[in-house]
Parts: sequence; C-alpha cells; structure tokens
Amino acid sequence: MSAAGSTPAPGAAKPLICLSGVEKAFAGRPVLRGVDLDVLPGETMVILGGSGSGKSVTLRHIVGLLKPDRGVVRVDGEPVQDLDEDELIPVRRKVGFLFQGGALFDSMDVFDNIAFPLREAGWDEERIAARVPEVLRLVDLEPDVARQMPDALSGGMRKRVALARAIAVNPQAILYDEPTTGLDPVTSTTINELIRSMQRRLGVTSVVVTHDIDSAFKVGDRIAFLCGGRIAFLGTVAEARTTTDARLRAFLEGRPHEEFGTC
Amino acid sequence: MNRLLRAFGKTTLLTWDMLRFAFRRPFEGLALLEQMFRLGVRSLPLVGLTAVFTGAVMALQVSYTLAAYGARLYVGSFVSVAIVKELGPVLTAVMIAARVGAGITAELGSMAVTEQIDALRALGASPVKKLVVPRMLALIIMLPLLTILADSLGVLGGLYIAVAEIGQSSEYYWSKVREFLTIGDVVSGTGKTLFFAYFIGIIACFNGLEVRGGATGVGRATTNTVVAASIAIFISNFFLAKLFLFLQTSFGGGLW
Repeated sequence: MSAAGSTPAPGAAKPLICLSGVEKAFAGRPVLRGVDLDVLPGETMVILGGSGSGKSVTLRHIVGLLKPDRGVVRVDGEPVQDLDEDELIPVRRKVGFLFQGGALFDSMDVFDNIAFPLREAGWDEERIAARVPEVLRLVDLEPDVARQMPDALSGGMRKRVALARAIAVNPQAILYDEPTTGLDPVTSTTINELIRSMQRRLGVTSVVVTHDIDSAFKVGDRIAFLCGGRIAFLGTVAEARTTTDARLRAFLEGRPHEEFGTC
Repeated sequence: MNRLLRAFGKTTLLTWDMLRFAFRRPFEGLALLEQMFRLGVRSLPLVGLTAVFTGAVMALQVSYTLAAYGARLYVGSFVSVAIVKELGPVLTAVMIAARVGAGITAELGSMAVTEQIDALRALGASPVKKLVVPRMLALIIMLPLLTILADSLGVLGGLYIAVAEIGQSSEYYWSKVREFLTIGDVVSGTGKTLFFAYFIGIIACFNGLEVRGGATGVGRATTNTVVAASIAIFISNFFLAKLFLFLQTSFGGGLW
C-alpha cells in the first residue's frame, strides 16, 4: 500500500464516487480484497491493472451491476450497495457506463439505441429527436448514422454510438470499461481524445478501466493501480511515471512480478 | 441436485418479478404485439402441419389397427377426443418449446454475453419488464390459441383419412365427433396449455438471462431449455390430466 490515499487531492471537493473496503469473491475466489478509492468531481481517474485483476468488477460496483460482499460504495453520497434495482435508477442516470464491446441493442437502430435511456427517463419524442443528433455530434459522428443498425458499424463507431447513448441523459460521470481494447492504434487514439474531450466539453467525472498503459497516461489525471485485489498505487500521471513502487514499475515495463499471480 | 434446487428458487423469484412488472405502468403494448407475432403467428405453419399429420395418422391407425374391434365406425370420436384432450395441447406445446423456447433462450443468452442485459440495467431499465414480461404474456396468450387451431386442423386431418381412405361420409365423421367430444374436453385440453406456456416461458427466459461463457454457454442453455421445457410439459401434463379428470367427474353434468 505504498501510496494509496497519500496523494494530495486536486482541490478539496467532496468525492463524487467513493469506494471503501470493497470486497468481492466469485465462487469462493476473492477478486477484490478491500478496494478504497475516491473519485473527485471533474477528474479522470484511470484504474490500471492486468487481466483478471478485478478492474471491470470494481467499475460494475459503482453502478450497482454487482453488489460488494463487504464494504461501501457511494455515488454522490448514496450508498449504492443498499439500493434495489428500482432505487438504483436515479444513480444510474447520474453515471453513464460505456461497455467494452459497446453493448448496443442489436435489435434497434442507432437512433433507438440512443433514444432508449431518454425514453426510460420519460422524455417526449420531440426532445429526443433533437437530442440524438446533438449527442452524435458530440462523439464526432454525423447525424445520418442514426438510421443504421449496430452490426453495420465498425468497432470504433460502435463505441462512439455507445458513448453517445451513455451521455444522452447528461450524466455527471462516465465509466469506461476497457475503451481501447480491440481497436486499432489510430482508432484508439481517437477514442482517447474523445474521452478527454468529454471531460473538457461536458465537465464530467470519468473513471477509465484499462490495461493499456499508453491510453492510461493520455487520458488520466490520476492513476490507481489495482493489484492483488487492492489499490497498490494511487497518484497523478506524473507520479506514476516516476514511481518507485516495484509492482507498478514492473507492470509499466511489461515485466512479470511475483505478486501479479494474485492480480 | 443443488443446482436444480437453486434453479427452482431463481425461477420462482423470476416469476414473482414477472408478475410485479406485468402490472406496472407503462404497459409495453408494442413489445407484446411484436412478440405475439414473432412467437405466435410465425409458429402457425409448424403447428398446423404437425396437427394435420397427427390427426391423419391417428385416423389411419384407429381404422386399420383397431378394425377388429369395430373401431372403424368411431374414427371421428377417437381422433377428436385424443387430439383435443392430449395430442393437440402436448404436441403444440412441445413444438413451441423447441421453436420459441430455444429462440428466446438463444436471443436473451446472446444479449447476456454481449453485456446487453447489463446495459439495459445500467440505462435504468429492467430486463424483466423489457424482455421477460412481453415474451411470457405473448406465450400465455398465443399457446392456447395455437392449440385450438391445432385441434381443429388435427380433426380435419382425421376427416380427410376417414373420407378418402375409409370411405365414410363427412357427415357421419362429424356426427361421431359431436357425439363424443364435449366442451369439457376442449376446456381441459386448452386449459393445460396455460401451464405449458408458463413453463416454456419461464424456463426459456431464465436460461437465457443466466447464460455465462460465450457462444458455448448460449448453445448449452438453448439445449437445456428444450429438454427442460419438454420434460416439464410431459410430467405436468400427467398431473394436469388427473386434475381435470377429477374436476370433470366431481363436477360433471351437462356441460362436462
């Protein structure tokens, strides 16, 4: 626990997302062993870690897609772990989630995909018809893709549409699950830029889960390194680059480390 | 055994959720109509074909195999009672379990492995309300209707054999149908399908939503749906038959 919690927070604002002592096991195998993490309003927090380290599991806890075995998850002060599916709806409107493969509904075209959360939130069709092209432009897509079906889109476009769907209801925070995995380097770069531009243009808080070090340094304000089911390092991007933490150094340089077995 | 008990527990919970959401506004009318069309109307050819040939083969067997017992005169009675009470409901349900149950599990399962189910939840919607309720309601509405259609076509299949192969007049065939078949037979036969529809729907939806492990998982779950739903249909059919026979004998009378 070299630097967890020791980094001075940028600004002294109340955290928007707060995990403390989160533990989670699947079929008796512990994945998270006490994760503590505060995400401040407006910052981009990158959760870095190897495959199977529990990054995505951590992210899913924030919107209540998974419930912790022990510990507390708070979003804007609300204790997410105690809420049922109905009570979670307001929390989920505050926090957009970009799934790894986009998770677009393949029975609906792009327009209906983006309109889905708006209809659920009770918007009328007139406002929806105005909002969909607006968010498509925010993710640098032309409004004429609205009538295409998801399976006609490239991987990068699908991610953009999924992002447009996630930001449609104006969330305060966006969670990105492996946003650049499976994309070519050029598309990855544009997605990284998009993540930054979301933060700039919408002022949203972002949590990005990735094992892509390049992407982590490009988009992050702070980096949390998940290893052995805990946050092994927490610090700014500059601090991460010059870290002396043996595990993070090994990860950044692509060397194996004895503790990665538990990651 | 442990897994079976857990599956029972979870399907009970899913049933409860389904009932809760079925009566909650807004009512997903469009989704229900779409499912009624996809699950019901699109199954017409399959169900119809099965029924016609089953009725025909029943008539054939009755008139030749049971000819020694003088059964040939009663082809209409045999065929109509067997079709309406047992073969129509059970065969229709099994065909729907294979066509529709497998389809539901494969669809929901693919949605689960591509995180679309999680996406529904993350976007503030309920997978039970959006996916399970319309499919369950569509099945519960359409299966009895399909069964009534199958019954009619099955009896017509028998009529064709009676007229074309045995040389009966169609009036005679119909008189034998009317002589033996009662409203009670139709009610008990069709009533069973409400239960079959529930079993097919809940097993298919549950297996679909619970899929883990990619394409293999979808394949396994789909097979499991067809097997489990068919078993549920055959076993429950026996007990439902007993129940309806008990009702018919206890509260018999004109109508029954």
